[in-house]
Amino acid sequence: MSTDDNPYESLADEHGEDHRWAFGTGFVDPLEGIDTSIPAGVDADALAAQCLALGDDALIYSHRLQQWVTRMPELEEETALANIALDLLGQARMLLARAGTIVGRSEDELAFFRAEHEFRNVRFVERLDRDFAELVGRLLIFATWRLALFEQLAGSADPVLAAIAAKGGKELTYHRDYAAQWVVRLGDGTDESKRRMQAGLEVIWPLVDELFAEVDRAEADVVLDTVFATAGLKRPDRAALAPVDRRTGRDGVHTEAMGYVLAELQSVARAHPEATW
Amino acid sequence: MTQDWPLFEVFLRPKRGLNHVHVGSLHAADAQMALHHARDLYTRRNEGVSIWVVAAADITASSPDEKDPFFAPSGDKVYRHPTFYEIPDDVPHI
Repeated sequence: MSTDDNPYESLADEHGEDHRWAFGTGFVDPLEGIDTSIPAGVDADALAAQCLALGDDALIYSHRLQQWVTRMPELEEETALANIALDLLGQARMLLARAGTIVGRSEDELAFFRAEHEFRNVRFVERLDRDFAELVGRLLIFATWRLALFEQLAGSADPVLAAIAAKGGKELTYHRDYAAQWVVRLGDGTDESKRRMQAGLEVIWPLVDELFAEVDRAEADVVLDTVFATAGLKRPDRAALAPVDRRTGRDGVHTEAMGYVLAELQSVARAHPEATW
Repeated sequence: MTQDWPLFEVFLRPKRGLNHVHVGSLHAADAQMALHHARDLYTRRNEGVSIWVVAAADITASSPDEKDPFFAPSGDKVYRHPTFYEIPDDVPHI
């Protein structure tokens, strides 16, 4: 038996070059060491807007998931959820940093010092889930949609965005798997769990249409319908939440919930603008 | 929660290792969930490339009371150790 058999012994020396293997190990710029010049033929403004929108989705949703930490039904689920929220925070950091290289602002400035109308996230990610069923229902839809989007973006003309999308795709596949497993468990569980799972989907559904403005819905629908059928759940039939003056989250118009997210997310950075941690 | 989920034991095969090694235990409703939990609890820092989970109730273990009858008799039988062979240099993992 070799000493390599202990899984924890390899942690210290396996990551030499790849210092991004975990966040929080001392690097500052998530795109450090990467060529961030814009390739010829790429519209820089459009690219910045796209990265900002996707980064905002991940940032706001990650925060909403983090608010569930310490409230999950089991310790093991708590770790699972924290992992997912951290994955999304990592995506937000890279995407905001990418947008920042074009508009000349740092990821922290973009996250902590923009006002509500400057955020470009979809309204779908703003709400705090009332119960665990709603949480896994929203996560299933979010991960399915974002995975479809990232699979498209993996072929992006911008190599940085393409790399972020390729990396994120693996994370999102797991998030979808995790959520689908719980939707099936709850939908196919007791009368109570089925009722609450269905109720959770009904609450989320009006916000789903907005997601599919930018990616083909057919593929995602196949995934969702398969999960719903396995779980014995009905696909909700709810009218979409109307735009406000033809504007939605992507135009900077948000729901009431958004102000509460930003207040909590930004308060420390705004109270101590020069602080580092 | 009126009833705790059953206990599962987790075994990981590290990147450079050959064997699955016991790393800990966790609670889960069934084996599939245990596998998910194991991934989230025990491979967060890139530790493993393969996971086994086993229901703790399915493991039959020797008891500390039986330590002597089980293990003491092999303690003084040096001839059971193959120390008299030369191991060729190009044979790894022995």
